[in-house]
Amino acid sequence: MANVFARIGDWVNERTPGLAPMYRKHMTEYYAPKNFNLWYYFGSLAMLVLVNQIVTGIFLTMNYDPSASGAFDSVQYIMRDVEWGWLIRYMHTTGASLFFVVVFLHMFRGIMYGSFKKPRELVWLLGMLIFLALMAEAFMGYVLPWGNMSFWGAKVIVSLFGTIPKIGPALQEWIMGDFLPADATLNRFFALHVIALPIVLLLLVVLHLAALHEVGSNNPDGVEIKKGPKGNRWDALKPADGIPFHPYYTVKDLVGVGFFLLIAAFIIFFAPTFGGWFLEHDNSIAANNLVTPAQIKPVWYFTAFYAIVRMVPSAFGTAVWGVLGMFGSIALLFALPWIDVGPVKSIRYRGTGYKVALTIFVIAFFCLMALGMDLTDEYFPRIFGAGIDITLWDNVFGRIMTVAYFGFFVFLWLYTHLGWEKTKPVPDRVTTHD
Amino acid sequence: MANEVVDHGRRRFLTSATAVVGGVGIVSAAVPFIKSWEPSARAKAAGAPVTQSLKKIESGQQLIVAWRSLPVFIVNRTPEQLAALPKQDPRLVDPKSDGSSSEQQPKYAQNETRSIKPEWLVMVGICTHLGCVPNYVGEMKPEPFDPNWQGGYYCPCHHSRYDMAGRVYRGVPAPKNMQIPPYHFVDDTTVQIGVGPKEGA
Ligand code: HEM
Ligand code: FES
Repeated sequence: MANVFARIGDWVNERTPGLAPMYRKHMTEYYAPKNFNLWYYFGSLAMLVLVNQIVTGIFLTMNYDPSASGAFDSVQYIMRDVEWGWLIRYMHTTGASLFFVVVFLHMFRGIMYGSFKKPRELVWLLGMLIFLALMAEAFMGYVLPWGNMSFWGAKVIVSLFGTIPKIGPALQEWIMGDFLPADATLNRFFALHVIALPIVLLLLVVLHLAALHEVGSNNPDGVEIKKGPKGNRWDALKPADGIPFHPYYTVKDLVGVGFFLLIAAFIIFFAPTFGGWFLEHDNSIAANNLVTPAQIKPVWYFTAFYAIVRMVPSAFGTAVWGVLGMFGSIALLFALPWIDVGPVKSIRYRGTGYKVALTIFVIAFFCLMALGMDLTDEYFPRIFGAGIDITLWDNVFGRIMTVAYFGFFVFLWLYTHLGWEKTKPVPDRVTTHD
Repeated sequence: MANEVVDHGRRRFLTSATAVVGGVGIVSAAVPFIKSWEPSARAKAAGAPVTQSLKKIESGQQLIVAWRSLPVFIVNRTPEQLAALPKQDPRLVDPKSDGSSSEQQPKYAQNETRSIKPEWLVMVGICTHLGCVPNYVGEMKPEPFDPNWQGGYYCPCHHSRYDMAGRVYRGVPAPKNMQIPPYHFVDDTTVQIGVGPKEGA
């Protein structure tokens, strides 16, 4: 038997001589730093979720009807009548939220350990493009069930483009193919969601990894193993602090996969809507173009960015400022490699100012998230008494947090460009070498 | 033939010419695809005027009808609601609807009540911020979002507020007053939305 496999292997290799070297380059002879910690699970987990979304998505497509008259019912049909349809749908919806959990942690890791800095700027930029594509993918997927939240979510997000002076209204009609979200809108979002954006995402992930493997992974110490001493157990010329990705990190990542699947399964079986966070209550009502749900808010992973739209008031007769603020909050992340130019990568050896700023940034992000989810409307009266003017409190609170979010980038720029940062000495090698 | 010197200028010219022609071709080929996203002839055709009887709308009540699949609010405003309108002026972005909101109503509705007949408000119920349908909160009593509430509209999406004539308050995300569609009274108790009054009427 082994003989048969070996012969098939040889037969393939003779015809595609590039395959085996490529496998070695990216797996058994890709030397990754030996000090990866928990934060390094999320890249492989993101790939796992991507595969889950594609597989469950294909099966959903088999019973979903992308028309304004049929979409809502077809989703109910999947939930009630299709054998195991509920599981496939919950895997897809839970996967979407967990995708963002994983990607947010993955990005935070990149910020914390300075993984976006030279020479990994391209890895970061490709990652940010993935993030954009992912947001578009998630938004369009959210519209497909054609519930009332889908409808109004689509309306509000598309209207973001309508605030652009002059061309806005025409652009908005162009995106929807009608004067309101309608059949045409749903059809095109379906096409983008199931084919166009997945292709883009897959391509970007391949480029992301190709760019990463060219320069090699960063690590929690932020030291370049390629610049350290050479020679390890497997290769005299490769970094002493590197270990082969396969089998060492494939096995480590499998542990992460196990834990992750445990958590995911728990949510899918016991709390698929996650209290209205992963699947919103108002979306179990069919789309109605005459009635906006009493409380309209996007799914949790968009709320922080969305809160910024709300916090910036309109001026000079246009509402475009809030929208610019929201896009700006993401654009600044793209520019991070050129905003934070501090020479020390990892938070372990950076100045106190950086640690404080990063903490405030994280707090601001969570507060904006809570605001975007309307949690503040619920909790402010409980904390400060029922008689308070919620709009005023929301605005004061939200504007402070918005300023803190943007302030992080301003501070980082000043802190690193003007040389205010006092760093600790960075070790020559990763701290866990033997 | 084999060892001829390469003419770099000529090669550069041919490369750029090929690139430009190819680029123009790709851009032109993209036009039909981009145009295909515009509202189709069918979508544009669906927009007939709507006629609505006002008989059953009590004082202080609102009725929502669909016109071009947009919600149109028809409100029978109470005398108290009408009396409160002028008092809102200092708190509004464009109280006379002649500034940023000058395009938000037909000429015949560009007045204090933004209507043809003072009590009847006929308005496209779409928030000028990002297009949600604001809630009608007609009662004049303190509200969580405004302790001084004088009746009007509250948008659930980003909390914009409007008065009983759809005029937007200051300090909210919406920039303009809500839109008044073309409409006219067919008789005392019937409106038609989508068509303005006859010339000179
Ligand atoms: C579909 C989504 C994504 C997938 C599948 C993915 C996959 C991966 C994988 C497998 C790695 C190597 C393992 C690891 O370091 O965890 C990695 C590294 C990295 N990714 Fe992503 N990624 C995704 C999105 C993003 C995003 C949104 C960003 C940020 C903008 C990003 C930035 C980075 C950076 C900076 C590294 C290098 C980390 C280091 O060496 O310390 N990625 N990615
Ligand atoms: S859509 Fe009404 S406030 Fe934003």
